[in-house]
Amino acid sequence: MTDVSTDSPRSASKGPDMVNMQVWRGDASGGDFKLYEVEYREGEVVLDVIHRIQATQANDLGVRWNCKAGKCGSCSAEINGLPRLMCMTRMSTFEPGQDITVAPMKTFPVMKDLVTDVSFNYEMAKRIPAFQPKPKDADGKRRMAQRDVERSQEFRKCIECFMCQNVCHVIRDHDENKVHFAGPRFLMRIAELEMHPHDTGDRIPLAREELGLPYCNITKCCTEVCPEHIHITDNALIPMKERVVDRYFDPITRLGRAIRRKR
Amino acid sequence: MADLETHDFDVIVVGAGGAGLRAAIEAQAQGARTAVICKSLLGKAHTVMAEGGIAASMGNVWSEDNWQVHFRDTMRGGKMLNNWRMAQLHAQEAPDRVLELEEWGALFDRTKEGLISQRDFGGHRYARLAHVGDRTGLEMIRTLQQRAVSQGMAVFMECKVHKLILDEGRVAGALAYWRETGRFVLFRAKAVILATGGIGKAWQVTSNSWEYTGDGHSLALSTGADLIDMEFVQFHPTGMVWPPSVRGILVTESVRGDGGVLRNTDGKRFMFDYIPEVFAAETADSEAEADRWYEDHINNRRPPELLPRDEVARAINSEVKAGRGTEHGGVYLDIASRRSADFIRRRLPSMYHQFKELADVDITATPFEIGPTCHYVMGGVKVDADTAQSTIPGLYAAGEVAGGMHGSNRLGGNSLGDLLVFGRRAGLAAAEYAQGLGAAPQVADSEVDRLTAEALDPFNRTTGENPYSLQYELQDTMHKLVGIIRVRSELEEAIEKVGQLKERAKNVAVEGHRQFNPGWHLALDLESLLTVSEAVARCALLREESRGGHTRDDFPSTSGYWSKINNTIHRDSTGETTITQEPLPEMPDELKALFEEPAK
Amino acid sequence: MAVTTVQAGRGTRPAQNLRVDRWWLQPALTAAGLTAFVIYSTWSTFTPHDYFAGATVGRDYLSPFFSPCITNRCGAGTTWHLVNWWPFSAAILMLPFPLMFRGTCYYYRKAYYRSFWFSPPACAVPEPHGKYTGESRFPLLVQNLHRYALYLVIPFPIILLWEAWKGTHMITVSAAGSLVTSRGLGLGTLILFVNALLLLTYTLSCHSCRHLCGGHLNALSKGPTRYWLWKRVSFLNEHHMGLAWVSLVAVGLTDVYVRLVASGAIHDPRFF
Ligand SMILES: Cc1cc2nc3c(=O)[nH]c(=O)nc-3n(C[C@H](O)[C@H](O)[C@H](O)COP(=O)(O)OP(=O)(O)OC[C@H]3O[C@@H](n4cnc5c(N)ncnc54)[C@H](O)[C@@H]3O)c2cc1C
Ligand code: SF4
Ligand code: SF4
Ligand code: FES
Ligand code: FES
Repeated sequence: MTDVSTDSPRSASKGPDMVNMQVWRGDASGGDFKLYEVEYREGEVVLDVIHRIQATQANDLGVRWNCKAGKCGSCSAEINGLPRLMCMTRMSTFEPGQDITVAPMKTFPVMKDLVTDVSFNYEMAKRIPAFQPKPKDADGKRRMAQRDVERSQEFRKCIECFMCQNVCHVIRDHDENKVHFAGPRFLMRIAELEMHPHDTGDRIPLAREELGLPYCNITKCCTEVCPEHIHITDNALIPMKERVVDRYFDPITRLGRAIRRKR
Repeated sequence: MADLETHDFDVIVVGAGGAGLRAAIEAQAQGARTAVICKSLLGKAHTVMAEGGIAASMGNVWSEDNWQVHFRDTMRGGKMLNNWRMAQLHAQEAPDRVLELEEWGALFDRTKEGLISQRDFGGHRYARLAHVGDRTGLEMIRTLQQRAVSQGMAVFMECKVHKLILDEGRVAGALAYWRETGRFVLFRAKAVILATGGIGKAWQVTSNSWEYTGDGHSLALSTGADLIDMEFVQFHPTGMVWPPSVRGILVTESVRGDGGVLRNTDGKRFMFDYIPEVFAAETADSEAEADRWYEDHINNRRPPELLPRDEVARAINSEVKAGRGTEHGGVYLDIASRRSADFIRRRLPSMYHQFKELADVDITATPFEIGPTCHYVMGGVKVDADTAQSTIPGLYAAGEVAGGMHGSNRLGGNSLGDLLVFGRRAGLAAAEYAQGLGAAPQVADSEVDRLTAEALDPFNRTTGENPYSLQYELQDTMHKLVGIIRVRSELEEAIEKVGQLKERAKNVAVEGHRQFNPGWHLALDLESLLTVSEAVARCALLREESRGGHTRDDFPSTSGYWSKINNTIHRDSTGETTITQEPLPEMPDELKALFEEPAK
Repeated sequence: MAVTTVQAGRGTRPAQNLRVDRWWLQPALTAAGLTAFVIYSTWSTFTPHDYFAGATVGRDYLSPFFSPCITNRCGAGTTWHLVNWWPFSAAILMLPFPLMFRGTCYYYRKAYYRSFWFSPPACAVPEPHGKYTGESRFPLLVQNLHRYALYLVIPFPIILLWEAWKGTHMITVSAAGSLVTSRGLGLGTLILFVNALLLLTYTLSCHSCRHLCGGHLNALSKGPTRYWLWKRVSFLNEHHMGLAWVSLVAVGLTDVYVRLVASGAIHDPRFF
């Protein structure tokens, strides 16, 4: 299906502004890549080209998008095998003459074409107890220093594109772990609440025992794909693992707590 | 109708943006059985894209600020055409709504004292916008989403409300379809809150997403509820213009609030030439004074770059027309020469990121091209200010889909506050209405059958129009003929073209099957797009003056007559749409007095 | 798709690697680097001679692999003479501590999980294992003891600094034929210092260290000193991977250098 004369640059065979897109088409029952030869114009991103296919060659091509500016996290897909936002991936970053593959996220069941059923994520979100604020100051105001909120603010940059969830091998390669592993996005949500300077909740046992923090082997793929460049592993997951150590593996802090409780 | 999926609720909320979620949270808290329905996934609504902040006179940065000043700014910005009561409620309640978000987990940027920090924005006298970097909308929607989830809210995602159903003039429910399967689903409900956002997808260059097809406006109109002020469409002065594929994507006003200035190709800071009379007293007339203002708001007047959006958008339009625009038809926004790279990256991280990734431009190093983009519709469903109820019992509207709050022009930051204040009020009133209603209204099976059959029609045509081409033609028409500057002949031409497109839309055909089929979805959205386009063009033709988001080349000044009039759109049961001129509600004297003090 | 329905079903697309970049390069380099180090350090450990450059070459340099030397087997290089029954290479007594530290280091874990375990070999590349439980059970559960390894190795960089200080002893033979020790600086001294400093920085940049310095606090503003510390350590921590490699290579090269000087293969230049 591919043009074999790959050594001839794109301009020679198909004119300067044509590209070969291998787009995965299919649904829950299966599917395969389909080749579309499309025109593209200067400055375009992958989503533009997908939209052109949709408008001219395949009206029923399923794809999610909203903002087209990397803000909503709707257009996640795997482009040449790597999780990317389609709206933030410029066509000019690809080698001319090469086929570009666009596939739906692998970890979630396909609904149609590039659209996957991401309800796993919404289910996991429900399992995390919400923010539990401590009382306000005596004058009715809530004061928090900027330096205290900064850590959690980094995590709140998350646009819920779910690409970290998609790339995490714990569930990507092992469907059975979906029951007891919430994925980096939601372990990070726990970190966000735990580090919130005014939160009074305790979600460390939940993270360890029910939401699978120990399954993470800190191989950092989540961090590599995050379009918001959040340091998920270094700033959320590892600090959470350290907090688990405080609680469960560090007899010194455990002893300290026991003594404090007795008093 | 036999195997139709059916749900019963007291209140259904159409839309999961800021307004919809806030409404649902409130309705549910009042004990009403509530559901939220949205076209996209939860957390992806337009609100997520808002950047600058939420206007609320908390006075954390300027203790001089209070609701009266905010009210006055809002009314002036809207050229006094606002529903005064909405503007008042908004200014009074916005601070509480913002603080409430904080109790639900939002983390705003802080002042040195540890309070919520507030930033400057166009048209606001004091630094007033609560913000988180330049991703305030994300913070807001995530906070509301997490709150709703913790309340155990029923959410129907990727489910589009196609029609509303009435019973004896009251709301009885809504017919929707799952985008995934294409199957229909019936919601029986005592009250419906519309929170569907705007209509920007009817234009070619827009900051709005595919969702903004004006569904709520169209649903309201087709059930007999009135719309007002549809001619007022805000063009944001700063959208990206290059490369073509990102044309229209918003560049936040904070770039100017944080020191960015506009220059034409001669390098001139041209906004000083466009200061209108009404704002002359409070706008700096020299670069030196304008530059001092960032540090000292008391002794200096605001830079003209921070005039309300309509003024700035028109100024850019004029510069480009006069041949002083860039090669891609914009002007330059320059913050690089005025602030350190570090400052820019810290204050405007997503703008930095957006330009770097999409246009390969480093905004800390060079000025960049911007131009006006269709952004917001001030007009919308006519509502009662205190309850957000439309003219139909049981039908409510809040957020961008509701009209009146912003008059002829919205100030930046006033939308997010609007969503919270009136979202909550709509939820409260709808829950109360639903609980006060004895028996639930009835949904007639025949009606449902008729509506579903009609929606499936496009599949039955083997030949017909391509919905994408129709949408393209409509966008082109609206862009060229109903843009920033309007004139009688073009508006008449637009109305005629839209009329033709309406006829052709009856003949669209789609291929494939019902499962997640964007072609079919667009075919159904065309109805809303055409309805709102027609309303905008017709109202624009009637209003023979220039005011806020409506500029007529043939009537360049404001008119005394129109300053007291709302264009009100109504569709009767035969499908006939009429537009009448209704007087503005009269402002009480104590509020009028606020406008008599000299503006500093 | 309603929130109310759970469908944590299987991915539909077959597991297939679609990456077209050189994804295998990084795990390959990591594997090569780690393997090379293991081979070299094993050889060095079991080659217990020439790791101390002493009076015969006019210096006082002890290889970091053997430091601190607490047996009498290092001759004049012995740091503290605490053990005299040890029959094996002195390195075997000391190496387990750094080994434990690096072995449970969050970065090295990532490195060997990826390059040796293929779990995963690279992002979005299928993992060749049927089952995966991560660090949730024994034996990998012991990774949680990394903090103790940190406690144990904290003295090491300090001792190495002290050893480097000892490396300023320049030994010469006087006219009368007796050994004279004076202060000076040789290239080896510098190498010992740099190595000790790199090791210190690597140790300080440890994730556990970052946590203990202030990361465990929620209200950092309440502890200004800890905030200050945490900020500094966080800065180092961002470069933890780089420091892990640089300090690893440095230890190896220092050992090579000391051995070269000790065996007389090269002459250590003296600056003053
Ligand atoms: C780029 C950008 C930046 C902005 N920045 C600011 C700012 O800084 N400050 C400010 O105050 N305002 C800002 N605004 C304006 C503000 O964000 C919007 O006006 C506001 O978010 C609208 O909120 P909403 O709740 O009314 O609707 P939205 O958030 O748009 O939500 C609409 C919802 O309705 C749903 N919906 C629509 N039709 C249907 C249907 N038929 N069936 C089911 N569901 C439906 C959609 O799926 C969606 O969930 C900005 C706007 C844009 C585009
Ligand atoms: S670091 Fe942990 S959570 Fe992130 S991808 Fe790797 S295993 Fe998954
Ligand atoms: S953490 Fe990053 S990758 Fe994961 S969902 Fe959020 S934005 Fe996406
Ligand atoms: S469309 Fe919003 S992130 Fe791509
Ligand atoms: S040494 Fe690497 S994390 Fe502790």
